[in-house]
Amino acid sequence: MSLLVVKDLCKRFGGLQAVDNVSFAVASGSIKALIGPNGAGKTTLFNLIFGALLPDSGQVWFDGKQTDGWKPHQVAAAGMARTFQHIRLFPKMSALDNIAVGRHVHSRAGFLASMLGLPWTRREQRAVREKALEIMRFLGVEELADGEATSLAYGQQRIVELGRALACEPKLLLLDEPAAGLNMRETSEMAKLIARIRDTGVTVLLVEHDMTLVMNISDEVLVLSYGEKIADDKPLAIQKHPEVIKVYLGEDDA
Amino acid sequence: MGRRRNLPIVALAMAVIAVQLLTAAAGKPQYLTQLTMAGYYSLVIVGLTLLMGYTGQISLGHAGFFAIGGYTSGLLTTYNLHPLIGQIPVSILQACGLLVSGKDLYGADLLVVRPWAACVVALLVTIGIAYLVGKPVLKLKGHYLAMATLGFGTIVYKVVLGSSLVGAADGISDIPAFPLFAGLVVTGKSALRAQNYYVAWGLVLGAMALLTNLIRSRVGRALRAIHGAEDAANAMGVDTGRYKLQMFVLSAALAALGGVFLTHYNGGIGPSEASVMKSVRYVAIVAVGGMANLWGALFMGVLLNFLSLRGSFGSYDDAVFGLILLAIMLFAPDGLLRAEFARRLPGLRRGQKAAP
Amino acid sequence: MSLALLFQYLVAGITYGTIYAIVAIGFNIIYNATGIINFAQGEFVMLGGMIGVTLRALLPMPVAIAGAVIATMLVGALIEMLFIRWLRRPSVLRLIIITIGLSIAIRELALLLWGEGVRALPYFTGTAVTSLSVGDVHISPQVLWVLGISAVMVAALNFFFARTLLGRQMRACACNREAAQLCGISAKNMVTLSFVLSAGIGALAGCVISPITYVQYDSGSSLALKGFTVAILGGLGNSMAAVAAGLLLGTLESFSIWVMPAAYKDVIAISILLLILFVRPSGLFGNAEAARLKDY
Repeated sequence: MSLLVVKDLCKRFGGLQAVDNVSFAVASGSIKALIGPNGAGKTTLFNLIFGALLPDSGQVWFDGKQTDGWKPHQVAAAGMARTFQHIRLFPKMSALDNIAVGRHVHSRAGFLASMLGLPWTRREQRAVREKALEIMRFLGVEELADGEATSLAYGQQRIVELGRALACEPKLLLLDEPAAGLNMRETSEMAKLIARIRDTGVTVLLVEHDMTLVMNISDEVLVLSYGEKIADDKPLAIQKHPEVIKVYLGEDDA
Repeated sequence: MGRRRNLPIVALAMAVIAVQLLTAAAGKPQYLTQLTMAGYYSLVIVGLTLLMGYTGQISLGHAGFFAIGGYTSGLLTTYNLHPLIGQIPVSILQACGLLVSGKDLYGADLLVVRPWAACVVALLVTIGIAYLVGKPVLKLKGHYLAMATLGFGTIVYKVVLGSSLVGAADGISDIPAFPLFAGLVVTGKSALRAQNYYVAWGLVLGAMALLTNLIRSRVGRALRAIHGAEDAANAMGVDTGRYKLQMFVLSAALAALGGVFLTHYNGGIGPSEASVMKSVRYVAIVAVGGMANLWGALFMGVLLNFLSLRGSFGSYDDAVFGLILLAIMLFAPDGLLRAEFARRLPGLRRGQKAAP
Repeated sequence: MSLALLFQYLVAGITYGTIYAIVAIGFNIIYNATGIINFAQGEFVMLGGMIGVTLRALLPMPVAIAGAVIATMLVGALIEMLFIRWLRRPSVLRLIIITIGLSIAIRELALLLWGEGVRALPYFTGTAVTSLSVGDVHISPQVLWVLGISAVMVAALNFFFARTLLGRQMRACACNREAAQLCGISAKNMVTLSFVLSAGIGALAGCVISPITYVQYDSGSSLALKGFTVAILGGLGNSMAAVAAGLLLGTLESFSIWVMPAAYKDVIAISILLLILFVRPSGLFGNAEAARLKDY
């Protein structure tokens, strides 16, 4: 069964066709990787799926609902979470508070109840904090809880950002270059972490340049070039795909 | 834990009482007048602190909301409906008990709206305007947001300055006292000075209690997230547009509340309350207090407004606030009372010692 | 209404509109170089007028005006060097508040120096009642001075940015600061220069308009708001469009007196500003497609 279905998605920026008639599906409980040379339209595709950009045409179906045209917060409430290519943590907030923001869709205290400090809002606050700590333990970074998020080491920031997305308890997790800027050891730990997240039942769609990571953990790989889909298959088949080899050998990027 | 959370509020309440006793003991009860006025201005400042410091949305138009509140209440409680007696709308209002009759200075009959009703209408009008203005304005960022709010503030100023209905350059005067309940009256009569001081600071205490709760809550966290990275907050499910708008309306309502009470306390209001310079002054105080620092803003607000109202800055009043703005933004953009200092105060930060 | 009266309003609108356009160009020059909206832009105009009037008491008019322009340029340079240059990666909020603080400081200083009095330079040609008549239509020669000098200013700026090395260096910095610096251009000096230029044209505008509008210590803020409206109307950064937008706003404002009391004249301009910001922040002549990539 497919959790995410993308149909004939198109997006143009002025003279540039950033995403050209792309269709694919992500099976529930799987890891799908999205690869392609720089400028292939991967991040644009992410933004279209998440509602950060409006598609020119085409459809996005998530969990049985048509979500294109939704705002990101609506998509998030429906059960999708994401990380960013350039880390977007909240400055001047602790790592724990950053992750707690991820609990937003699973809590409900509004302005009035919060201002009055009603007892249930305090219980909710404690539950949010417990859950955030639980996620930090799952990621093995609970000792970072009170540190200011944006002054942590780069690799730790990536983990905290991942934790913030996990706090949404998403059905589908979108990871935009989760290993970017990480060293080899950190990258392999990130790969294990992503596999563990998948094992908890979360479906993962990721953009990544690190081919070892992609080939090791992905169930399927989608290849984009100049906004067009050129392949969508199992990792082994992708490695032998003539079109993919042409795209990658034709570029220094591979 | 509940006790500890409320500690700063209790401390503030004790400080309020202590100050009153001190002024009485020192034989300087006249200070209470300026402290009362400073209290009402503080309502604008703490609201603006949440909007600017926590949510990251600048407003150069909050004097406009203060003035809308004050002018609406002032106009309704002074506009004489007596000549219109017998007309259906007036009869309906009379039947609902919303009108009150009296005599003006020359003994002529007066029929005006009751202060309570006027206050409620003033708040509702402000909330409505803040909603209508905020909805499009808050889609803007940075310079555009600053200019748009400045534009809104200027419009309010020009309208009150140019409308003879609200006294044009003279403003509205002879605004009646505002009887609250249990014999409490908002009025500038010197005999009721201490009582009015407690009314003003009671409101400030209430506002502080509500707002400190808010910043520690799920909403407060979401507001800070909007300040830090709006797109990421949105991706985490925060309806950023709605939260910004709600915060904007809340801060406008607080400004209007201050405006209504101060207007009845002073017995009048003039266009200078709506001027851009007043809005800039509020921004300056929030900046000096440390932007995202509710207690710092309250303290600096009371201090600077008190000095300004006592006339300590002489004719350099505006210059002082301009220079404060400049100096703070150049040398200490995080404010004089650094946020780190405030964080160490007990109860301001969510209990870190709760067992993990 | 008579055709002649209509024309009179039109002329008044164009005169004011020209000044708004000059203020808007001042905004644009600094914005292009730095991304800063200088809230003290109107104060340059006020300073030009005030200094011009003061110097006029001692010197012949052309020298007094030149002196006022140079003095205001110095103020512009000082402002940039003392308050902007050394800030490291300041936030937009910080820059906004700094330039607001500056505008207040300049205004209060002007109040201290010159008092609350309303001043003006004498008419450049003739007196307040001199007019050139064509049939029923009367035009003050000062209007021609305003239009003429403004036209020369715009042409000179165009020449400067298109043809001179310095102007091209400034444009290079506006397009891509890092790349320009790699080519050996001092981006910091270009920013100073943008403040100097912007102050200079503001001051000149302040001098030529003062016989018609008078100048007072606080006349800068309303000009700044109008100038900003025009800059936005034309599309921020686009100086040629600002001229068109300035004429449009000036004319609209002038004719608004028929529908609204004069006290609300400023309300018209600001309402237009808000409307444009809400509906089309890229401006009337801006490219909406490109604007979507910008951050409003």
